[in-house]
Amino acid sequence: MLEVRELCGTWGQFSLKEISFSIERGEYFVLLGPTGAGKTLLLETIAGFHLPSRGQIRLDGRDITGLPPQLREVGFVYQDALLFPHLTVKENLRFGLRVKKVPKQEATRRLEEVSELLGLSDLLHRMPRTLSGGEKQKVALGRVLVLRPKLLLLDEPLAHVDKPTSERLISELRRVQRETGITTLHVTHDREEALGLAQRMGILLDGRLVRVGEPEEVFTSPASPEVAEFLGVQNIFRGRARPRGRLTSVRIGRLHLLAAGRKAGEVTVCLRPQDIILSRRPARTSGRNVLLGRILDLRDRGAYVWVSVQAADRIFHAFVTRASVSELRLREGSRVYLIFKASAVHLI
Amino acid sequence: MNSSNRLFWLLISLSGALLVAFLVLPIIGLFWVQFGQNAGGFFSALTDPSILSAVGLSCVCACLSTLICFLLGTPLAYMLARKDFKGKGLLEGLIDLPSAVPHVVAGIMLVIVLGRGGWLGGLFECEGTVLGVVCAMLFVSAPFFLDGARRGFSSVDPRLENVARSLGASEWDVFLRISLPLAFPHLLGSALMSWGRALSEFAAVIMLVGFFPMIAPGLIWQRFYTGGLLSSLAASTLFLLVVLCGFVLTEWLRRRYARG
Repeated sequence: MLEVRELCGTWGQFSLKEISFSIERGEYFVLLGPTGAGKTLLLETIAGFHLPSRGQIRLDGRDITGLPPQLREVGFVYQDALLFPHLTVKENLRFGLRVKKVPKQEATRRLEEVSELLGLSDLLHRMPRTLSGGEKQKVALGRVLVLRPKLLLLDEPLAHVDKPTSERLISELRRVQRETGITTLHVTHDREEALGLAQRMGILLDGRLVRVGEPEEVFTSPASPEVAEFLGVQNIFRGRARPRGRLTSVRIGRLHLLAAGRKAGEVTVCLRPQDIILSRRPARTSGRNVLLGRILDLRDRGAYVWVSVQAADRIFHAFVTRASVSELRLREGSRVYLIFKASAVHLI
Repeated sequence: MNSSNRLFWLLISLSGALLVAFLVLPIIGLFWVQFGQNAGGFFSALTDPSILSAVGLSCVCACLSTLICFLLGTPLAYMLARKDFKGKGLLEGLIDLPSAVPHVVAGIMLVIVLGRGGWLGGLFECEGTVLGVVCAMLFVSAPFFLDGARRGFSSVDPRLENVARSLGASEWDVFLRISLPLAFPHLLGSALMSWGRALSEFAAVIMLVGFFPMIAPGLIWQRFYTGGLLSSLAASTLFLLVVLCGFVLTEWLRRRYARG
């Protein structure tokens, strides 16, 4: 669907260095990178606001590298929504339909469809300055969706909204993408946002795309020390959640974990390495989760030792002090119990 | 608020008040002498054809000059705000120059180019014509419009234009539907400054065109020079009122527009 090949370009202090990746039709692809990595520049280049110095962009088999933005059929949503401040919500939504001269009946139909999809019907006559951050983002999204673009580009769309709104918008984005099937490229610096949305993801560091893959694999085997440092070492698994009493039971492959809170359905499970206690015996502690595993690898990290443990068909990472390594006589192949609290298991 | 804060704001208010008094007193003075002491003179001036025609001519010419600024200057200002090109700094400096040139020097320069026998003097007649008045006004007032208009366009986030482009808008659509409407309050404000500047120009007009057709500043100066304060008073008051009306009207339009 979208194919980017060896894209290079410099604009101000940002640059893109030989970026190549592709996105399948209907896929939700997230590019994760720190501030200044060139994420916005990459999106703006795909949208046609900047011309790359080298490389090629193909959309739906067609080379669009040199095409002006208005002919690309690519929708762009900036982090600060950027609604046209002098137009009402309705006029904002209708802007693209009007300049593209979509017949009135068809335009009205699409406008109604999108207002319904995003729940904007009550806002149509408001001016943008009277909307909340979340509402603005929804209008910005709607303004693009009425045109049914082939590709949706989202530039940190949740960066300017508060935490609860951002969580709501994440599920909204998921739903919209499921219902419209629109191919989406979303950039963000927020790991949770990436995990919550991405079907596949890439890591952009200093203008270079250093890793592409499914979120679980990107987070758990970061491929290079820079990526690992940016992501932080994490235990991340996909699983299925089912409420159980006041807790949630999550099945990950052959493992079952208990997590605090109640959730159901597909979830991403995050567990920080420092929250895992290693023990030789299934000691009775307050940790609700006790898994038996075998040590695959021990790596010295200064004051701490990073331990990889295979439990059933998954690999966990934990940090322990040097003292406990010698005390517990941990070495490669040792059998250990991984113990952690239900409240340490974070579900997205 | 502690006492050092209070002192700070007291000093600020006092220094501000001094300047405000200096700016406002002459206006009060004019109205006081006119309506407090010579009210009759003002009302008889309202029927004085030479005063009416001079003030009227000034207004019409200033409006024409501003209109030309608006039509030719708006695209230029947009380009200056949006495009980077070689020599842009030089061009901006050149455009600003007339606003820094002393009025009489501006007059000399205009005579060289537009005067009888000047470089472009063969194209149209400036001496003694309304066209000449408009040309002189345009020269001294255009920088005020261009500068404000350029800043107006610069204040429009270029990413709004990006968004509009990717929604299918051509350069024309973007300019007419996004940039121009958003910069419009600034354009109105700069047009007002330019109009005020055109209206008040005296030296350049007199040097290029001569005393006739007579503009309001010419008439006031002539009456002051030959008859003293009282004989030029009524024309001055009327002229000032017209300018104030222009300011009020523009401000009203701008607010109305900003409210949408």
